[in-house]
Amino acid sequence: MATLKLEIVTPDAKVYSEDVDMVTLPGVEGEMGIFPMHVPLLTQLAAGEVAVRKGGQESFLAVGDGFVEITGESVSILTDMAIKAENIDEAKAEEARKRAEARLAEHLDDEEVAAVNASLAHSLAQLKVKRRSSK
Amino acid sequence: MPSTRDIRRRIKSVKNTAQITKAMQMVASSKMRKAQLAALAGRPYATLMNSVLANVAADAVDFTHPLMAKREGGKHCVVLVSTDKGLCGALNSNLTREALKFDKDTTIFVCAGKKGAQFVARNKRNLAAEFTYKDAPLFAEARAISKFVQELFTKGEVDSVEVLYTNFISTLVQKPESQPLLPIGELKGVQAGVPHGNAPALETSGLEFQFEPGADQVLGALLPHALNFQIYQILLEAKASEQSSRMVAMKNATDNAKQLIKDLTLEYNKLRQANITKELLEITTAQMALG
Repeated sequence: MATLKLEIVTPDAKVYSEDVDMVTLPGVEGEMGIFPMHVPLLTQLAAGEVAVRKGGQESFLAVGDGFVEITGESVSILTDMAIKAENIDEAKAEEARKRAEARLAEHLDDEEVAAVNASLAHSLAQLKVKRRSSK
Repeated sequence: MPSTRDIRRRIKSVKNTAQITKAMQMVASSKMRKAQLAALAGRPYATLMNSVLANVAADAVDFTHPLMAKREGGKHCVVLVSTDKGLCGALNSNLTREALKFDKDTTIFVCAGKKGAQFVARNKRNLAAEFTYKDAPLFAEARAISKFVQELFTKGEVDSVEVLYTNFISTLVQKPESQPLLPIGELKGVQAGVPHGNAPALETSGLEFQFEPGADQVLGALLPHALNFQIYQILLEAKASEQSSRMVAMKNATDNAKQLIKDLTLEYNKLRQANITKELLEITTAQMALG
């Protein structure tokens, strides 16, 4: 069976690079499931959860905003954050979420609001992934 | 003729200098390792982004964006990426020598790092803004610089932008280089990140890409992001260069100080021995005169 080469890269490191059977990712216009032989597509990625199916097993990653390039054989994700479910520290993410929400309540300029919103989205994505995998 | 005491004093002061430069060398070498790793870690992202851009470039021939506009006009902007502190060898003077080549009247400077800003002020060039970046450059710092020059460009205050920085080649070799940033021109020409000579040649897959939501939106978001990332990667490279250059400079300083101590100690011992011989001579002469 054909497989997809999934690559997830952040400015800090190459987080994931493996052949997988299917990828579900959060596009700006909703969730997308990508199978091998998908039409070539370039889209924006929203912060959220990436589900990877490989050999009947599913694993999850939390990702931030970014871009996805899909060809028939590969999925390349460029994002500013990517953490595997097993590496997420729930307490830390929860704390980060609270901090970001508290910051949003203060008076901020546009640039800061955007930055805080991004970090809020990051921690929410981490929490979502963590809670699902611990169920 | 210096007395033994003078020489002892000098030895002591050179020893103190050597101690300081040694400490700075240690600090720089640990920071260097971190900065080099960070610069290397950014490269896969840059490579992937380059290939994404190269792939889509073929499909978005009629796509235009304000950042791609080529304008006639000589107004030029240089982003000068220098260091905050000195004591890093010839790094900054190499950079500023390149910077002097730009026309005084039509060039405005945007500086990252204090040394560059001082240079611009001293030479009475036009300084548009000064940014700082930390030992571990943050993406937000790069975004601030990138946003600023993008605004200058889209408002028409400048017609082209390039970045002058020190490219990190190896611990011993850093080269001042300038890289054009804006206008982007053809989509194919976009380089996110830093060319390194040994980068793999980009292959276009020849596939026809679809865009979601639309080509304008995706590329509209992708282009500024690619620029932000390019500046970020440049900051990382500059930081790695700075720390490497400082480490090498401090190592040389320590070695020189050690050599100096050796020479001075030799001189001190010679002088001491000469004094003893002189005293012995005096004593024996006195005894002979008495006997």
